[in-house]
Amino acid sequence: MSSPDTSARTAVAPEPPPPVTDDRPLHQRPEDGQLLAAKLVPLRRPGQWISALALLVLLAMFVHTLLTNKRFQWDVVGSYFLNGSIVNGLVLTLWLTAAVMATGYLLGIGVAVMRLSGNPVLRSVSFGFVWLVRSVPPLVQLLFWYELASLYPQLSLGIPFGHEFAMVRTAHLFSGILAAFVGLTLDVAAFASEIVRGGILSVEHGQTEAAEALGLGRARIFRRIVLPQAMPAIIPATGNLLIGMLKATSIVSVIAVQDLLYSSQLIYNQNYLIIPLLLVATLWYIILTTLLSIGQFFVERHYARGSRRGGSGGTGFWQLFRGNIPLFGASGANGAAGGRSGRELAGLS
Amino acid sequence: MTGTTTLTATAAAVEVHGAHKWYGANRVLDGVDLTVQPGQVAVILGPSGSGKSTLLRAINHLEQLDVGHVSVNGELIGVRRHGERLKELGERAILAQRAGIGFVFQGFNLFPHLTALENIAAAPVATGRATREEARATARDLLERVGLADKADAYPRQLSGGQQQRVAIARALAQKPGLILFDEPTSALDPELVGEVLAVIKDLAGSGTTLIVVTHEIGFAREVADLVVFLDGGRILEQGSPAEVLDNPQHPRTREFLSRVL
Repeated sequence: MSSPDTSARTAVAPEPPPPVTDDRPLHQRPEDGQLLAAKLVPLRRPGQWISALALLVLLAMFVHTLLTNKRFQWDVVGSYFLNGSIVNGLVLTLWLTAAVMATGYLLGIGVAVMRLSGNPVLRSVSFGFVWLVRSVPPLVQLLFWYELASLYPQLSLGIPFGHEFAMVRTAHLFSGILAAFVGLTLDVAAFASEIVRGGILSVEHGQTEAAEALGLGRARIFRRIVLPQAMPAIIPATGNLLIGMLKATSIVSVIAVQDLLYSSQLIYNQNYLIIPLLLVATLWYIILTTLLSIGQFFVERHYARGSRRGGSGGTGFWQLFRGNIPLFGASGANGAAGGRSGRELAGLS
Repeated sequence: MTGTTTLTATAAAVEVHGAHKWYGANRVLDGVDLTVQPGQVAVILGPSGSGKSTLLRAINHLEQLDVGHVSVNGELIGVRRHGERLKELGERAILAQRAGIGFVFQGFNLFPHLTALENIAAAPVATGRATREEARATARDLLERVGLADKADAYPRQLSGGQQQRVAIARALAQKPGLILFDEPTSALDPELVGEVLAVIKDLAGSGTTLIVVTHEIGFAREVADLVVFLDGGRILEQGSPAEVLDNPQHPRTREFLSRVL
């Protein structure tokens, strides 16, 4: 069945083109001069121009509506921006975030070390803690701690199952702010422990062995050798968690803790200026997040000592900024520092 | 070379007796007896998987033997005799013993976040055996001794493999060890860099420190070794002077190995 088919095809097939007579290497042939003189025409990429144009139009519309829609009430935003109770809320948000992160990380490092220890009981407890805390939404945890009094009306200190030395009533103990602190700290500890554990595991075992061979003790090896090398892996994730926690503290508004968001809510519940006051809170969150991102950049650069990416000089902050936002960068020559975005959209500037 | 006399402690004698080690069902060491006299250079040869590294690592207690014991200058390593039993030492005691034994790794294992100078000075300062200034001065001497005086402030990543290994040797020397263990110190190096590292080790061989070197460099063994040990399947099949083991091997496995390596 196939044989007549193929024969028919060969019959119709055209003659192969005659072989090129000039079989010298290309650079010895006469047309070589033209090749050397020819100008390279870059591949046209209309898709890039169209998508860039579309996004610029959308951006312009966004800016336009921000400026022209009277209902944003920017004058009200301005007048409440530094309002006393807003600033108090801001301060509470800041120190709650700081306290939660600091305590959470200390706890988290402990949990991570437990998880990596040779003791099966410590390992299991650590795993169980992380599993439980990560499984319960922070909001639910927060409510549990706030309502602890109805579960355990009193807490006491003493010998397990035996004599009690001291006792407190939980109704007085767990105010909203303490419930918020404990709930969020446990949450941070669980996530931080996984971040720290990942960082520790990223350090080669040979480093620990070399330090052991030099006669360094385990605690010192962890502090001086392993942890500094784990930092480059820990910091970006920690920056993420810190920024996330700064915003996540806003859930304390449900248990009437006067943070940045709840302070705004208290005001708009009275004057009904909902949008402007939400904007006040939003702007503050944006400002704080921006500051934290900048801080993260410098911490990352510090710990990049001796690594390929950081080197001794490192990439400057503004170089990096321009690399990521090429429209403000003017020069297209920052390809090496700015990476792909700088080069690919260079044609636009 | 100025530091030679001040930087080395008295050479240590090493004795391994009846060493057995299993990894699960896999027998890595199967009754090794080895004696190295103070100031001797012992070279351990053998195919991969023969237990060379495990033996070396047992000497400074990076590995615990299942049966048998190691002693340096007559002092048991990692254990203490308690009547009929051997009790494992606590962390502090083991650290103190290790501090007198240098170890040079195949993969250098320099600390990447510290400069060459800091790599060498860190441990003596951290363990309280030298002040910061003393340790840094010693480190500079040692860098000069391994020919890297100009690289004090370089990070490991900025050094070639050969330079990294020379810094690692200087780091081991900063412990003022009576014994230095080398675990295939040139195996991770490009061929043209092997010579500079071997030259540094040869220089140490003349200084009176006891050296135990696991290597595949037969030429180095012939030139420097006082004792050549051939290990296969976790047993010492042959040991003696280079002339005996390398030039006139008695065991067929040794002959086969040497014919493949040379």
